[in-house]
Amino acid sequence: MKQSNRISGGQIDRSTSLHFTFDGRSYLGHAGDTLASALLANGVRLMGRSFKYHRPRGPLSAGSEEPNALVHLRTGARQEPNTRATVAELFDGLHATSQNAWPSLRFDSMAINDRLNSFFTAGFYYKTFMWPAAFWEKIYEPIIRRAAGLGALSKEEDPDEYDKGFLHCDILVIGAGPAGLMAALTAGRAGARVILADEDFRMGGRLNAETYEVGGMAGADWASAAVAELMSMPHVRLMLRTTIVGAFDHGIYSAVERVSDHLAVPAAGKPRQTLWRIYSKRAILAGGATERPIAFENNDRPGIMLAGAVRAYANRWGVAAGDRVAIFTNNDDGLRTARDLQAKGVDVAAVIDSRQGGDLLAGIRHLQGAQVIDSSGRLGLRSVTVRLASGATETISCSALGVSGGWNPNVNITSHHRSRPEWRSDIAAFVPGAGGPAGLTAAGAASGALSTHGALATGQAQALAALADLGKAATAGELPRAEDAPIAISPLWYVHEGKGRAWIDQQNDVTVKDVKLAHQENFTAVEHLKRYTTLGMATDQGKTGNVLGIAIMAELTGQSIPATGTTIYRPPYTPVAMGALAGRSRGREFKPFRLTPSHKWAAEQGAVFVEVGNWLRTQWVPKAGETTWRESVDREVLATRRSVGICDVTTLGKIDIQGTDAGAFLDKVYANTFSTLAVGKCRYGLMLREDGIVFDDGTTARMGPHEYVMTTTTANAVTVFRHLEYCRQVLWPDLDVQIISTTEAWAQFSVAGPNARRLLQKIVDQDISDAAFPYMGAGNITIGGLRGRLFRISFSGELAYEIAVPTRYGDAMIRKLMAAGAEFDAIVYGTEALGVMRIEKGHVAGGELNGQSTALNMGLGKMVSKKKDSIGMVLSQREGMNRDDGYRLVGVKPVDPKGSISAGSHFMEIGAPVELASDGGWLTSKVFSPHLGCDIALGYLKAGDQKIGRKMRAVNFLTKTDTIVEIVSPHFFDPEGERLRG
Amino acid sequence: MRYSGFRVIAEALTGHKGWKPVWRDPEPQPAYDYIIVGGGGHGLATAYYLAKEFKQARIAVLEKGYLGGGNVGRNTTIIRSNYLLDGNEPFYEFSLKLWEGLEQDFNYNAMVSQRGIINLIHTDAQRDAFTRRGNGMILNGADAEMLSRDQVRALYPFLNFDNARFPIKGALMQRRGGTVRHDAVAWGYARGADMRGVDLIQNCEVTGMRIENGRIRGVETSRGFIGAGKVGVAVAGSSSKVMAHAGMRLPIESHVLQAFVSEGLKPFINGVMTFGAGHFYVSQSDKGGLVFGGDIDGYNSYAQRGNLPVIEDVAEGGMALMPAIGRARLLRTWGGIMDMSMDGSPIIDKTHIEGLYFNGGWCYGGFKATPASGWCFAHLLAKDEPHKTATAYRFDRFLKGLMIDEKGQGAQPNLH
Amino acid sequence: MIINHPILGPRDAQEFVYLGDANLINRPDGMTAGIEAFHDYLYNRDNPAGAHRELWYHEQGDRSWLVVTRNTLTHEILKVELARDVAKAQGRSK
Repeated sequence: MKQSNRISGGQIDRSTSLHFTFDGRSYLGHAGDTLASALLANGVRLMGRSFKYHRPRGPLSAGSEEPNALVHLRTGARQEPNTRATVAELFDGLHATSQNAWPSLRFDSMAINDRLNSFFTAGFYYKTFMWPAAFWEKIYEPIIRRAAGLGALSKEEDPDEYDKGFLHCDILVIGAGPAGLMAALTAGRAGARVILADEDFRMGGRLNAETYEVGGMAGADWASAAVAELMSMPHVRLMLRTTIVGAFDHGIYSAVERVSDHLAVPAAGKPRQTLWRIYSKRAILAGGATERPIAFENNDRPGIMLAGAVRAYANRWGVAAGDRVAIFTNNDDGLRTARDLQAKGVDVAAVIDSRQGGDLLAGIRHLQGAQVIDSSGRLGLRSVTVRLASGATETISCSALGVSGGWNPNVNITSHHRSRPEWRSDIAAFVPGAGGPAGLTAAGAASGALSTHGALATGQAQALAALADLGKAATAGELPRAEDAPIAISPLWYVHEGKGRAWIDQQNDVTVKDVKLAHQENFTAVEHLKRYTTLGMATDQGKTGNVLGIAIMAELTGQSIPATGTTIYRPPYTPVAMGALAGRSRGREFKPFRLTPSHKWAAEQGAVFVEVGNWLRTQWVPKAGETTWRESVDREVLATRRSVGICDVTTLGKIDIQGTDAGAFLDKVYANTFSTLAVGKCRYGLMLREDGIVFDDGTTARMGPHEYVMTTTTANAVTVFRHLEYCRQVLWPDLDVQIISTTEAWAQFSVAGPNARRLLQKIVDQDISDAAFPYMGAGNITIGGLRGRLFRISFSGELAYEIAVPTRYGDAMIRKLMAAGAEFDAIVYGTEALGVMRIEKGHVAGGELNGQSTALNMGLGKMVSKKKDSIGMVLSQREGMNRDDGYRLVGVKPVDPKGSISAGSHFMEIGAPVELASDGGWLTSKVFSPHLGCDIALGYLKAGDQKIGRKMRAVNFLTKTDTIVEIVSPHFFDPEGERLRG
Repeated sequence: MRYSGFRVIAEALTGHKGWKPVWRDPEPQPAYDYIIVGGGGHGLATAYYLAKEFKQARIAVLEKGYLGGGNVGRNTTIIRSNYLLDGNEPFYEFSLKLWEGLEQDFNYNAMVSQRGIINLIHTDAQRDAFTRRGNGMILNGADAEMLSRDQVRALYPFLNFDNARFPIKGALMQRRGGTVRHDAVAWGYARGADMRGVDLIQNCEVTGMRIENGRIRGVETSRGFIGAGKVGVAVAGSSSKVMAHAGMRLPIESHVLQAFVSEGLKPFINGVMTFGAGHFYVSQSDKGGLVFGGDIDGYNSYAQRGNLPVIEDVAEGGMALMPAIGRARLLRTWGGIMDMSMDGSPIIDKTHIEGLYFNGGWCYGGFKATPASGWCFAHLLAKDEPHKTATAYRFDRFLKGLMIDEKGQGAQPNLH
Repeated sequence: MIINHPILGPRDAQEFVYLGDANLINRPDGMTAGIEAFHDYLYNRDNPAGAHRELWYHEQGDRSWLVVTRNTLTHEILKVELARDVAKAQGRSK
């Protein structure tokens, strides 16, 4: 377990050794390591396999752009697929395994694909697997799907918690490198509320990976001092391990803070991650730049890395990428890596510099005008083949190669609003374009200022500009001194020599050949190139490969790079755990539960509850000895019809409507008339949408000359109220009418059955005899002095009332009702019995109020008054909604009382074939009627009003039932309504 | 050139030198018999069927950007015909039947994969509604089955069966539903149309319409005037913008629908699943990414991007249904412009301007409709009368009260 | 998105419910206008790519209906008014 490649220096804590395993082998690393740096320190280069060809791969980078070193982190239900080893912070006991390889990372059977690569070109699958047709689902696709994907989920429930939070600031600074730190310092010193977020676990950005001086001290030390100063400012919030993942409208950013990912398990009570929604007035993107490779034959072997990553491993983590390192570069930045390695005593085999001229590096073999044309080493780099300026080739042995093809500013977030980056030829890179998120500017390398001085200067300048925008006074302090070297790039995208494959998008195995094939087949538009070759569609979203692909296509078409254009980045900046986006809205907490006032009482009785929208309602209340739900429901129905039953109907929407124009208002929103309703009376109301379809129904009572109480269905309580506000504020703004939702304010119970009045008279202080409180009466009452409301309305067809008390008395009320009802054997009935009784009476509810039906369909056409203007009145008169052969509500019962019917069955004529023309309509709601002793249903039947008495089939193909039914009136029970007037 | 496995092998052995461009890039001619505006899935399919099935010639497709760059290039790839209403079901079943023979028909592997779609059921009312739907489907010649909770569990044992806010009680299943590789649909139609002489003209934006005496004469474009006998507009998402050139206001609003894909994962979801109670649907692609979505953002937009609340809402639905995806990572989000119509159903119809035809209002269901939409629009263009499965998709259905409102939401596009 | 409520100040758009084009304010009078006028009112839209006046309802707030002028290409909000004020200014009364 010797850390053979560990060298001196770096920002790791060598006094803290951490044990970890990779593919079952144990290793040691240090605090401050990533999984990748620790594995490299231990001489492990092979960390993954590519997607298509299963090529052996090591880390390409030292950051979140990593396409290759993806592993399974942790075990069991916490197994995290596709975790980038380059950003996974090492902790003691870390357990990682390789993925997308079988039986092992070293011997992966799927690497056969690599041998067959000449068949597996871009888009080959579009041209084959078509014959025979039936083979796609049965043979070809299952094979493809078995090979699909990278890492695997555990399929167990994620045991960790996730949080969400909201933050506000004047200026959000994205990235804490030199530009971000300078911007935050400038804004913080001016007193602005600043949030500084960085995805890394150490602030300083590239300063941690470099040997530059800033302000006369080591860059990393300057960064530490800047962080210390920022931490002393109470109005500045520093957020480590926090990635800004998306830019949304009006200065809103989403951020993921990895609260516990650097620990074996989250601390008690702590989430794994937190999703922050940050509201900013201004934002500065200081996200740095990402290095890009140069494509050459076999440029994907473990040990071949970006030159800046080689430098970062050496400087920040004290790790030599190999015992002998070569560099391949087309710009000055690659030379820095060579110098830094040399200073650390690492053996630099050679610098292969594609440029001609300029100063030669001292003490290093600097091959100008040379290119790497091939490499060797099956599971790790052994040598590179170099074409020298002289034309000769030379094989140089090395275990690592640092490649620098230039740096791409991290424009990602600036294109989240679909702004297209612009090409800057002086640095050979795309920089943020116009039309990015309002209030967002870029600084530092992200803006194309690639030197340390440039980062500091633009960071300060953008902060000053933002402060000026916000009206905050600030002065430009003196900038710390820093290097300002030009990048001196001479673009080289790919090495033209060689017949083998040169990788562009390493994870998806997109090679230069694939781009050439796309060009040959006329997939030349950048979007076609991407979609045809899958360039940029891997987990790194093309951070290292896209610009190469575009540049190569530009070369092939003879167009410039800006004319070729670019695809754009979409959120998120780096992939985000689904758990973080969901937060605590999962399991039973996915949506809130609303509980009725009698819930506690019902639960004590052993009630069965059912989800009705967000409500939990009592479905039925089983009694001892009842073995099926039907027994309970039948008993509840019969007991109600025989004596008295009680049902919590609080869930119905309740709206108080007051004002001198309250009646006129109701006349506009209801299809029927309410202004003529007498005080102290209720009326059934039918509400239409403007398109003439029934919106809702309910009873509305007139409690005073200018005061009404409306009820709505449970389902539409919210939307009806919204609609009434719309009518009141938008359509008829001068009406003197005020409304308020009182659904939560009143606990309301239906008391139904022949003994309903006798029961209620025991507890209501006023006289509620038929004379004093007739059918459809309504009024304010008291119950032992407690104010309440009473409505004599019936959904069940029985003598029935709805009694309301303030919600906080709801629990007391159900207990009082049950106590008072004991002498009548009162029972509580649930939604099932409610449904049975309303269908026996032919009342419409959910299945009939489906948003597709007119009053005419429901047999309520006459309720739509043409004498006044109301919502939906005009459009309900359209010809297609008034056809004689349209759907009409009917009752249905099986001819054989033992016959079974089901809701959703369709009506067919007896003997009709199974085809669309035979479709007569459908059964909307079905129950077993204990009163009639058979199934009964409501349904919409074409010309149903003309078919009463006819025999038809109710067919359910899904359950293979086909029952002869009789079409009857929907009023199965007490059609004359004698009971409810009793 | 004809594509086949033999051809792929032969080319592999000879260095892939023989592959030809999938389409030409012709210069526009002065005039055509038919101009299809919009080189997305529906426009390309229309041109393809016009040439192949209706034997028409002198056809051009004008595309503002690149072929297949509209909603055919940004959707969640689902095909199905599990519609409720008589106005829709025959059309979508026709479309599904065309999908089933598409690859052999246009000689391009679009990976039509009928791995099945289930709509989860959580309440008795939902079961009743899905029973009505399933029976309607069967009456229309489609397939439908009702699955029990145990049958759903056997298919997807990792769903949240035991601790759910909305317990799973079963599902309506259409086994013939599935997914298709969306880009390949556009490319396959484009290639097939090009092979039959259709001019596919990219980077050609229609900027005006020349209408004389109530008849269309051609279109003004960014590449000049192009004359036409008939013009068919199939630009869902931008319908209002293009038809405004003809002075028309449409029963359509443009809305943003976001969609999502995760990092590649080893396959664990075979088919397509919809979780209506949680505003979430998902499938897993042949590359391993979870492809999922939910509600539209809900406000008019041409921005092709959405906002955070819907992203969170969709993730919540996903986690509520599948608690195992907490550690899967969302890789990419995107937004498309949906032609949200006033009843949630499309329009394939003539206009009051002679020679001008319209195809749009696809809401977020346009992808699965692509073959039938192209066929029916081609039928209308060639024969001047609607195809028998698309007779209900008329402009005047709103005036006559013959809406096709699957969800029963009325004239509010963002609720469909 | 953030909607700058004329009474309550900036609020997350998530607190609001969207209805659509503010032309819905101009409802015809059902006693004088017929099916054609209502059809055009209810179903046809300008659906502009650019400035769009639209109705939003502050459901998780003060229940105000607002007319928001918003650019549908950029989502920039140009103006926010109380719908009642707009309706009255357009001549709506009782």
